[in-house]
Amino acid sequence: MSDLKKIKNELFLKLKSKLNLSEVNQIKSDLFGKNGLVSLQFKKIGTIAETERKKFASELNVIKNELQDLINLKIKEIENEEIKEKLQKEKIDITLPERPFVRGKIHPVSQTIDEISSIFSEIGFSVEEGPDVESEYNNFTALNTPDNHPARDMHDTFYLDEKKERLLRTHTSPVQIRTMLKDKPPFKIIAPGRTYRSDSDQTHAPMFHQVEGLHIDKDINMGHLKGCLNHFVKEFFELDKIKMRFRPSHFPFTEPSAEVDIGYEMKDDKIVIGEGDQWLEILGCGMVHPNVLRNVKVDPTKFQGYAFGIGIDRLAMLKYGINDLRAFFDCDYRWLNHFGFDPLDVPTNYRGLSR
Amino acid sequence: MKITFDWLKDHVKTNLKEKNLLEQLTNVGLEVEGVQNLSSDKELFKVAKIIKTTKHPNADRLKVCNVNVGEKELKKVVCGAANAVEGLITVYAPPGSIIPKTKTKLVVAKIRGATSYGMLCSESELNLSDESDGIIELSSGYEKNIGKSYFSKSKSNLIDLSITPNRPDCLGIRGIARDLAASGFGKLIDLKEKKIKSNIRQTLKVKIKKEKNQGCSIFGSCLITDVKNKESPLWLKEKLISIGQKPISAIVDITNYVMFDINRPLHAYDADKIEKGIIVRNSKSGEKFNALDNKNYKLEDGMCVISDHKGVLGLGGIIGGIRSGTELDTKNILLESAYFKPGSIRTTAKKLNLDTDAKFRFERGIDPLSIEDGLNKAAILIKEICGGKISKIDIQKIETHKTKIIKFDINLFEKIAGFKLSTKETLKILENLGFKYKKKKFFFELTVPSWRPDIAQEVDIVEELVRIIGYDKIRIIDPIKERKKSTLNKSQKLFHFLQRSVASKGYLEAITWSFTDSNYNDYFRDTKKEIKIVNPISTELNVLRSSIFSNLIIYMNKNLDRGFKDLSIYEIGPIFTGSKPGEQNIIVCGLSSGKKSRLSWIEKERNVDVFDVKKDVVQTLIEAGYKSEEFFIDDKTPNYYHPGKSGRLFLKKGADSVAAYFGEIHPSIIKKFDMKTESLLGFEIFLDKLKLPEKTLNDQKNKFKVSDYQKSERDFAFIVNKDVNAQDLINIIASVDHNLISNIKVFDVYEGDNIPVNQKSIAISVTIQSIEKTLNDNDLEKINKLIIETVENKIGAKIRS
Repeated sequence: MSDLKKIKNELFLKLKSKLNLSEVNQIKSDLFGKNGLVSLQFKKIGTIAETERKKFASELNVIKNELQDLINLKIKEIENEEIKEKLQKEKIDITLPERPFVRGKIHPVSQTIDEISSIFSEIGFSVEEGPDVESEYNNFTALNTPDNHPARDMHDTFYLDEKKERLLRTHTSPVQIRTMLKDKPPFKIIAPGRTYRSDSDQTHAPMFHQVEGLHIDKDINMGHLKGCLNHFVKEFFELDKIKMRFRPSHFPFTEPSAEVDIGYEMKDDKIVIGEGDQWLEILGCGMVHPNVLRNVKVDPTKFQGYAFGIGIDRLAMLKYGINDLRAFFDCDYRWLNHFGFDPLDVPTNYRGLSR
Repeated sequence: MKITFDWLKDHVKTNLKEKNLLEQLTNVGLEVEGVQNLSSDKELFKVAKIIKTTKHPNADRLKVCNVNVGEKELKKVVCGAANAVEGLITVYAPPGSIIPKTKTKLVVAKIRGATSYGMLCSESELNLSDESDGIIELSSGYEKNIGKSYFSKSKSNLIDLSITPNRPDCLGIRGIARDLAASGFGKLIDLKEKKIKSNIRQTLKVKIKKEKNQGCSIFGSCLITDVKNKESPLWLKEKLISIGQKPISAIVDITNYVMFDINRPLHAYDADKIEKGIIVRNSKSGEKFNALDNKNYKLEDGMCVISDHKGVLGLGGIIGGIRSGTELDTKNILLESAYFKPGSIRTTAKKLNLDTDAKFRFERGIDPLSIEDGLNKAAILIKEICGGKISKIDIQKIETHKTKIIKFDINLFEKIAGFKLSTKETLKILENLGFKYKKKKFFFELTVPSWRPDIAQEVDIVEELVRIIGYDKIRIIDPIKERKKSTLNKSQKLFHFLQRSVASKGYLEAITWSFTDSNYNDYFRDTKKEIKIVNPISTELNVLRSSIFSNLIIYMNKNLDRGFKDLSIYEIGPIFTGSKPGEQNIIVCGLSSGKKSRLSWIEKERNVDVFDVKKDVVQTLIEAGYKSEEFFIDDKTPNYYHPGKSGRLFLKKGADSVAAYFGEIHPSIIKKFDMKTESLLGFEIFLDKLKLPEKTLNDQKNKFKVSDYQKSERDFAFIVNKDVNAQDLINIIASVDHNLISNIKVFDVYEGDNIPVNQKSIAISVTIQSIEKTLNDNDLEKINKLIIETVENKIGAKIRS
């Protein structure tokens, strides 16, 4: 037994020195291998006198456990040391740039359409669509703008045939006609989309966007029209207070007709919507003309309601401080990046229109 | 329509200020477009006379004029107008004045080396007319005004109104005054106009021919003999100048004055130049006449002309002719006051592309009962100013004006406007607007004033009332937050989803014109029809687009020119397949250029390639709810794609329509656009051709079933003919056992050494896993064998040992 005690002391010293894992394993097998020192002692148990045997065995077990613990501890220690060294070695300059990524963007007009749809969705409007190419009838005649009506002069129309029967719609109003011909009243729709006029200068583009609104039911009056647009404008500009003015105007397809102005002022060369004593026209509206209802076989003595048309690009410009209409369609990478929206920014009622 | 407060005060008595006026005009629907202060800054513009002109030393077209501006010394002014000749009386703008048209302030400036002290003005520069051909020519009568301000010193501002096309009555000051008075802005003045008292007969015979579509129904006239046409008196000139008109001569000025005052266009003929008598008739094809705008017009059949026995004198209600025009030496005048039908005027003017003040008014509808008022007012003024004798008025008519009667149920007002208006107030407003009423049992019978062609039915009366009462009286009814129908339908939802899905892959959304350049469009037109725009704004935008690529590539190229290289842009919008409404499809079109990654400390450079766009397309479709296991891809694509590096995707094998194309843009197109980029890749997803995903988010999903049994991966390398595609190989392997084969991955494609010519090796890793048990070696060996056998049998592949 004294042998073993000696071994234990020797080992104790050995393990104190710096060893690597294979050296420790060597020690381990020297002790516990088939012919290891400790293993040999165990083999000796049978040869020991019966009276001594129990004591010997139990002492041997204690020492064996002690030795094993010592070795395991050393192994742990070495492993920890190795990880530490590895981490040290792997240290990098974390301030180096991340892997490159690209960000897509949603065009401000698309974002604005989503915002508009979201607002009108909450008050029960659904979205309708119509084609960009329209018949002369749907674009004008059905909308109480017969041929030779001076109001046609205000729409510089792109035609697709010499007879002027097919054209690019000059407004989204023909969707009113399509919707009312297709279904039965009541109607409560908005129709955003592309519109075209052969007009091109600093403030006009040959293509622009409008959203049409139509609400027809048994008792929809001008108070509802005012309420609806008032709600829309406040929600859209995300302002509690906004100066708004309805003033009489004329559209062949509505009677009475109105144009709506909102208040603004200029601050540091930027338009500030809401207060101020300047007026800015943002939309046209009115009560749908009985002639239009008759044209789509809706009885104007039973049904009535309002319609409106809003310039989407204009709204986007006002809300997001964009000065130049032409830039919307110029596709300048820098502009798209600057004014575009993250695709994850989906305007919703519950989350709000914008961040 | 330009007006001044001063002129309005001829018709309306009020104590209110201009500020109130501007507000009230807008409130009743006469939108104020702008207010110009004519007097203060315009006083600087002086009547001046060119004394001498010399050629500019350095410019052929320019002259240096010595101009008398009423000061001791002559001013040297450089001028380019051809009519700047010695002796001309014109208008001079000194340094410091602001040119109304350009809003620029004049300074003493050197013009090509010669110093110019001010400027000689054209009418257009002073916003008097669109006449920009030469400088203003004033009559000799202005000689005594040299050095004096050209514009009157009236303090009244020029108010520019935008009159909607339904309100011809407001193209006269009186009509505007009537609206204002009805709305409570003062009181309409009863003019108590004088009437012609004469015993002299109108001796020039007038006849309106009764023809089909005769555009003239009433022709009133009177003769004024022995007049002396001259310059207008100051009050008249100033009145016209105050609203931006240029005085010409008394007779012309008077007819203009009556037109602006009561919206009654008149025409004065030199009666001595009329051959025998006036015949109002339809023109015959080929007839010609010289109009007062110095242009010769060739007429078509059926245009309403005023003629004499020699030929056409003028286009009724549009423009007079030179032959019978009045001049300063005109002695005898025939004054015309007629009614021309709006439709006829419009058709003729459109055909001849003519726009005049008279046409603008007649096509909107002139008060047919104002014929005599106009003659009385103008003739008496002419006599006052130019002397002469006035004949009796002669009226020829082939139709009589029918008074419009509307039955108006007073309850309709509240039904439409949403608030109440008392009967008393209703009737007061209508009366002030010129309506007459009779009370019947259930409604009022309203007689519409003759100057309101726009009022045709009950609802028009409602508009009159609510307009005059004020739209601010309409109470707001807040909308109810209630949704009965879903906002978007499935295809609209898909539109929005795809829009954002593509953007989320790094593409910037662009919106480009729906039209494009036919030359570029042809590259992408494929077999589609070309759809021309009859009246494009430019030849570069002359057809509806058959593909979004042409525009995207044009704009991509502009961005490349700006120095950007690695760009991804896309557009979701229509392309056109025909010129009928509805012959259009929604396409999601994307375009990527340059490199996927460019020299960086961490990544290797590589160009964008076809598998990048393939990924974008496939991922987008999967995100939108389509099953990628069913996708079928082949290599048949339109000719604008690289034939070897492009594909088309079907949602299912055997599906009728292509869901998407993707691939490299054909190198010859890149060359035609002269694009400088390492690579150009594109895709098109055909939204309308996508069968809408049947499952929606609120449907129940499939039962959640996964296997926790051990899976094993087996690798195979097959040697196949070159034309065998990976898709087929994958499908064949998948078909071996759909239950056990859970994933198939291509990890290597190799051609070259050790592989026979015309063959290639495709290495595939197959994941095998059962949902029921852990597979033992035997099971695995069986399926291995089956995979190899099936592949070898079906496509003649050889397993590589």
